[in-house]
Amino acid sequence: MMMDNLLELTKLITPATLVPLFPLMGFLIIALFGKQLNHVSGWLASAMILVSFSLTCYLFLNLPDNKDLNFELWQWMKWGNVTLSFGFLIDHLSLIMMLVITGIGFLIHLYSIGYMHHDEGFSRFFSYLNLFIFFMLLLVMGNSYLIMFIGWEGVGLASYLLIGFWFKNDAYNDAAKKAFIMNRIGDLGFLLAMFFMLFYFGGLDYLTINEAASGIELGSMLITAITLLLFVGAMGKSAQIPLYTWLPDAMAGPTPVSALIHAATMVTAGIYMIARSNILFAMAPHTMDVVMWVGVATSIFAAVIGMKQNDIKKVLAYSTVSQLGLMFAALGMGAFESGMFHVVTHAFFKALLFLGAGSVIHAMSGEQDIRNMGGLAKSIRITWGTFLIGTLAISGIFPFSGFFSKDEILANAYNGHTLVWILLSISSMITAFYMFRLFFLTFSKGFRGTEEQKSHLHESPWTMTVPLLVLSIFAVLAGFWGLPAVLSDNHMFANYLAPIFAESKHILTLHAHLDHPTEWMLMGIATLAALISIGLAYHFYIKSNLLPESDDETKGITKWVANKFYVDEIYDKVFVRPIMLLSDLFYVLVDKLIIDLLVMATAWIVGFTGRTMRLVQTGNTGLYLFLMVIGMMVFMFIQLVY
Amino acid sequence: MESNILQANPQNWYLVLSTILFSIGVMGVLMRRNALIILMCIELMLNSVNLLLVSFSAYAGNSEGQVFVFFIMVVAAAEVAVGLALLVSIYRNLATTDIDVLSKLKW
Amino acid sequence: MLSLTLLSIPLIASILLLFSRGNLSRNLALVFTIAQLIFTAYAYTVFKNEGSQAFEFLASWSVKPVLNIHFAMDGMSLVMIMLTNLLLPLIVLSGYNREIERPHIFYSLMLFMQFALNGVFISFDGFIYYIFWELALIPIYFIAFNWGGENRAKVTLKFFIYTLAGSLLMLFAFLFLYNGSPAHSLDWVSLTNNPACSCNQTWLFWLFFIAFAIKIPIIPFHTWQPDTYTTAPTQGTMLLSGIMLKMGTYSLLRWLIPIVPAGVAEWQYVAITLSVIGIVYASVIAIMQKDLKRLLAYSSIAHVGLISAGIFALNLTGFQGSMVQMFAHGINVVGLFYCADIIMNRTKHGEIEGLGGIRLLAPQFATWFMIIILGSVALPLTNGFVGEFMLLFSVYQYNTWLSVFAGLTIILGAVYMLRMYQKMVLGSALKESLVFPDLYWNEKIVLVTIGILIFVMGVFPAPIMELTEPVLKNLIK
Repeated sequence: MMMDNLLELTKLITPATLVPLFPLMGFLIIALFGKQLNHVSGWLASAMILVSFSLTCYLFLNLPDNKDLNFELWQWMKWGNVTLSFGFLIDHLSLIMMLVITGIGFLIHLYSIGYMHHDEGFSRFFSYLNLFIFFMLLLVMGNSYLIMFIGWEGVGLASYLLIGFWFKNDAYNDAAKKAFIMNRIGDLGFLLAMFFMLFYFGGLDYLTINEAASGIELGSMLITAITLLLFVGAMGKSAQIPLYTWLPDAMAGPTPVSALIHAATMVTAGIYMIARSNILFAMAPHTMDVVMWVGVATSIFAAVIGMKQNDIKKVLAYSTVSQLGLMFAALGMGAFESGMFHVVTHAFFKALLFLGAGSVIHAMSGEQDIRNMGGLAKSIRITWGTFLIGTLAISGIFPFSGFFSKDEILANAYNGHTLVWILLSISSMITAFYMFRLFFLTFSKGFRGTEEQKSHLHESPWTMTVPLLVLSIFAVLAGFWGLPAVLSDNHMFANYLAPIFAESKHILTLHAHLDHPTEWMLMGIATLAALISIGLAYHFYIKSNLLPESDDETKGITKWVANKFYVDEIYDKVFVRPIMLLSDLFYVLVDKLIIDLLVMATAWIVGFTGRTMRLVQTGNTGLYLFLMVIGMMVFMFIQLVY
Repeated sequence: MESNILQANPQNWYLVLSTILFSIGVMGVLMRRNALIILMCIELMLNSVNLLLVSFSAYAGNSEGQVFVFFIMVVAAAEVAVGLALLVSIYRNLATTDIDVLSKLKW
Repeated sequence: MLSLTLLSIPLIASILLLFSRGNLSRNLALVFTIAQLIFTAYAYTVFKNEGSQAFEFLASWSVKPVLNIHFAMDGMSLVMIMLTNLLLPLIVLSGYNREIERPHIFYSLMLFMQFALNGVFISFDGFIYYIFWELALIPIYFIAFNWGGENRAKVTLKFFIYTLAGSLLMLFAFLFLYNGSPAHSLDWVSLTNNPACSCNQTWLFWLFFIAFAIKIPIIPFHTWQPDTYTTAPTQGTMLLSGIMLKMGTYSLLRWLIPIVPAGVAEWQYVAITLSVIGIVYASVIAIMQKDLKRLLAYSSIAHVGLISAGIFALNLTGFQGSMVQMFAHGINVVGLFYCADIIMNRTKHGEIEGLGGIRLLAPQFATWFMIIILGSVALPLTNGFVGEFMLLFSVYQYNTWLSVFAGLTIILGAVYMLRMYQKMVLGSALKESLVFPDLYWNEKIVLVTIGILIFVMGVFPAPIMELTEPVLKNLIK
């Protein structure tokens, strides 16, 4: 029997199961033997991810056309007629995500070896990173919402651990806790959506649900409720209004973490989830509108805040929130493959930007305020060059990858939602502006830091620059995977994902394709807008030599913007304080005073009755006799009456 | 059912008599303060009940009532024996049998 | 016979221990609890899961009134027995490097408690069940009274009287059922087959419900619990929270629902509403608690509130989920209280504020504490998630809005647990002189066992579900 079980187990070992298994093994080994491994753990962790990446490439190359790998590992929970299994689904959508996760994941692991070299928690850091990759892979590889939920909460945990990595600092711990709890709010939505699906569709795996969903009336209450609840989950994980405030705070974590988790992979989980549930969302037009408008609002809102941030990582954080909003807007318009395309290109250039920022911080000995930087271009050449590529990509300059993906989303918006197109164009302009503001303030002009910092300025070791170079190549080239129709007939990316979105395209009656002149015009406008923004930034920060004022000088609207519109403070006043107050109120007033008083009152009444009744025992025999006779008479009277 | 000597009088008379005796006993118990007299009054009450039992027994032609009379007499004897012993003991200690004085046993 | 052996091992041990002294008594206690655990494992292997009762033992105690000694085990009993006998060795081991006065009496009482708890879970006659139910109260009273913290006389008296008052209601209900039942028997089988007239079921329901609600505790019958948990010695708190309150939830399934089905159906909405209110209420209170043990006590109220809510949803999901969650919560709460004990033992400081920096000094402890917290906040792949998922789903099946309200527990749970963890364990030490040695061997064994159980159960919860499924399916009918 033992042998049989072992054989069973060996059957489970396939390339697909090994992909998440390696990071898990890496996590366990490093967690248990981290002290002994010391600096080897970094290489071990990177190797694990490299193996996963190779396996993913193998799967990517060997997955037969239109034939998904869908298999079950074991039955996780089973009761009555409900069976929830642990299983994987490898199709084109999950493969793209897996490639991004393991590929960029590996580069960032490599980068971290250099970045974290002097940290005392070196091994711990890599064990957490591997744990994150494991959960992220579960998230995208699961064949049911439940497995996705495991990954969903798991990456939340990894994010919590990594944001609070430097746990001695209480502000970092606060940020970590905030991220976990805000994600949990979203998770509740996800959980409830799963209950709806389990109850009405009888299962949680994608096949069952997609099949059951197509039998439901378009836009019915049920499907709207499910999709809205799922979207609540996505809001939490992907930092959309109103649950976005944790992401900028999450920058407390080490920079590679910001690059991997809070830019490239985890925060795009919400987009992956909606893309995965595209059939459900296509069935719920109201939800689609909500998704689109929340995306648009977040995109603009975050971009505006980004204009006035002075912390290099905070700027990038708000730009991430803004770009995520852009992706959601694309999903809301039904342009799922455009959203996914932007996920991929964004993963490259945003990871690049964050790693570049990390390299800058590394060079500046931990300084993060761009007002104290400047003129770094000369001393850190590679970082400067790669950062420029990233900045151009995010600003949407031809032929960098951001141009193509962003253009596709804007074209989709123009084709049916003109207002959205205008708003997103504005948001893109703002993005180009603040990104170049960041770039100029960091790299151009003279150095504004201290002398000590200046003497320390140095380019990062090769483990850090190689990932930068590799990522910058992808940040340039990734766009060619999805050339617009005017340039090429073959949109490789969209075609690759076409089988996933075929059914929802069928449900959504989209407008006809734009004609070529219009497309040329849109591209022109986008490029022009970006160039104007860059020009403005150049004018302000190079020509006029403007410097952002220090914190106490800001006033008026800029102060509002610089303080992020006081959203955190409002949340604190509206939600956090009242709950704390309620907690004290419940404890002191309700629990101690009312409920416990009732309990103690019962005891007191018994005691009081005893104390009172004993007064009858006067010791006067005459009275006893008298009462006895009276009592007997009462009983006789009762006997007579009844 | 043959009649006997007890049935020579109407039963009501027995009832009235025993009620009167009983009431005298009750009033004595309630009114008097001397423990000895209270004991005697209790005796009176018991005997009034005995009388009632005997009369009912006779009228019903059933001897069960008379069995109870013997029971009561035994109990009364025992009670008087214990009660008087207690009284003697109390009198030796306090030189009184007034129940108003005997009020030590209270809360 | 197996049932009798299960009872006799701890009983004999408890008597034997009285004649031992010092270290010998705790070693003996450990040996006996492990023996009991092995025996339980044996019972599990020979147990045939067919939905009927196994290991039956039936003997007449008295002919009139008809009192039988009826022990048996079905899947539900077995799960609870497994939980009890699994936790006892851990609880005994957890006291190894603690100073305990008069250890022979302490451990003897603990073993006696095990005897009574095992008895509760395998009794199939109302009378004998009641005896064991009350018997379990006596050792824990003395443990809390003799080895407790400040204010123990008042707190333990309240605890004793409160739970006893509840039990008396149950006794009254049993007496009524005895007179009412045609067979004049309190046997579980006859009681379930001849339910009382539905005219009486309302108040029978309330008698049973209040008795169990006090033990569980469901608000508003909970005020004995935070005080008692705070005052009792940690081993006592572990017994109370890990196993003893499961007596209440178990009894809901074993006695209340099959015996007064109509009453349960009628008052379901009140019971489930109280439970759900309790979840949110206790979670909110836990957020601002200043005392660590008290915080854990309130979190425990929230968790068992969810268990009872799932039970009163009256569907298979809820029943199954509640069994899984009883097991999971038993393990987790023992772990949590042990961590609290470790902190308080080393720092002499039970307040959440004013500590910190423990992670720097004791990374291993911090890690295992975190893992147990993760189980407690129901992270997927830990044991807490499986139960919580099923229970929330069962509440959802009863009422959607109620499940939204109950679901707040996953947010609030994270809030109070992480807040506590951050203030006590993370950060830099507020006390300069903080001395905090990392885990000792016995602490390591206990915490690692608990940690592993948390994950194993989270990934493979199926064995427990399979054990209880046939029984609970019958219950649904």
